[in-house]
Amino acid sequence: MGDIIGLAERYCAEGADELVFYDITASPDGRSVDRSWVSGVAAVLDIPFCVAGGIKSVADAEDVLNKGADKVSINSPALANPTLITELAKRFGTQCVVIGVDSREENGSYSVYQYTGDPDKTKAALRLTVDWVAEVQDRGAGEIVLNCMNQDGVRKGYDTDQLQTVRAICSVPLIASGGAGELQHFRDAFAVAGVDGALAASVFHSAEINIGDLKHYLAEQKINVRI
Amino acid sequence: MMPKVAIIDSGGANIASLLFALERLGTSAVLTTDAEVIRTAERVVLPGVGAAKDAMSRLAETGLIDVIRTLTQPVLGICLGMQLLCDASEEEDVECLGIIPGTARKLPAMIDYPVPNMGWCSTRMTKEHKTLADIENGSYFYYLHSYAVPVSKNTLAIASHADEFAAVIAYQNFIAAQFHPERSSSAGAKLLQNFIGTPQ
Repeated sequence: MGDIIGLAERYCAEGADELVFYDITASPDGRSVDRSWVSGVAAVLDIPFCVAGGIKSVADAEDVLNKGADKVSINSPALANPTLITELAKRFGTQCVVIGVDSREENGSYSVYQYTGDPDKTKAALRLTVDWVAEVQDRGAGEIVLNCMNQDGVRKGYDTDQLQTVRAICSVPLIASGGAGELQHFRDAFAVAGVDGALAASVFHSAEINIGDLKHYLAEQKINVRI
Repeated sequence: MMPKVAIIDSGGANIASLLFALERLGTSAVLTTDAEVIRTAERVVLPGVGAAKDAMSRLAETGLIDVIRTLTQPVLGICLGMQLLCDASEEEDVECLGIIPGTARKLPAMIDYPVPNMGWCSTRMTKEHKTLADIENGSYFYYLHSYAVPVSKNTLAIASHADEFAAVIAYQNFIAAQFHPERSSSAGAKLLQNFIGTPQ
């Protein structure tokens, strides 16, 4: 808890535009997040934040939003029950509803995976990524975070090919996730793949990349950023 | 002691961030549908996340429509709250409070401008107002919306997402922002501070 608040404050001071709090173990364990920390985060942050993990119902989402989160991000539960997306959009508005998509290239096409928080439970969702992205938009997703699994954790750059493929069919904000390792990777996500935002975790946690420095670099590269 | 700010409970989730933002400024606030509390508060905020129709139904059910229309203290509408203060919204063609002239229109979805508009937009100040004092022209504010009020003579600030729209409007004692000041870092905090005046 103290660590979460401290980290949130640090990123906010560095100039982050938005924070996402993931409990990636929530869905595979069949449990939900302990949400008392959400209020603690909301009390110190003056930038938007999103909570991901373990949100399986309208009531779960309402709890998180009432505690001060601006958005909820749904991944595996949306695959298990796509009507959840429709219900959330109707109840809270599309701007609250973020859909996380874990996707990987297989035999020349991109496929969706679920329960990726636990390697033993990760499985193919038997859906093509482009089909799923189209469906979630129809159902009221207000934002899509595309986590490109081939790139995740290897820090070789975002998967700009895959992001471009999805960008072409995505009329809501698209956020790149998975693969950031260097400043230029962020530039490429915006300038090459045309995403609306870039998400990263490890390079910021380890302080290898300072968010303020990154944004100054992006501004020099003529990317429109808030300094 | 009475809280300084009454936040009108229009039924949307996500009021906590606004309460926390006021708390950080050292201001007491209460979330309420009580007409007397709203009438006597020094400042009133009409927030709103969700659908215009639901929020208007909620205001009608709680008997607050005429209460809001006749408020004389400074009132701040935020996001959907801004749209509610206007004449109407294209969202499900709902009639709104009719306090500030204008009708909220759906943002046009274009290839480089996804809708909803979710993110930080540079915001250009076009008129002076005490609520915008000491906020740098071009400051970034955080937006989360699919509808917006067109620019009019009551517009104080303009932002753009494919087309220009009113970022801040003012009419008599009412002022409204399309962005979320409570989530707009130091620029947003400054706006709230200006609106509140002295914290207690």
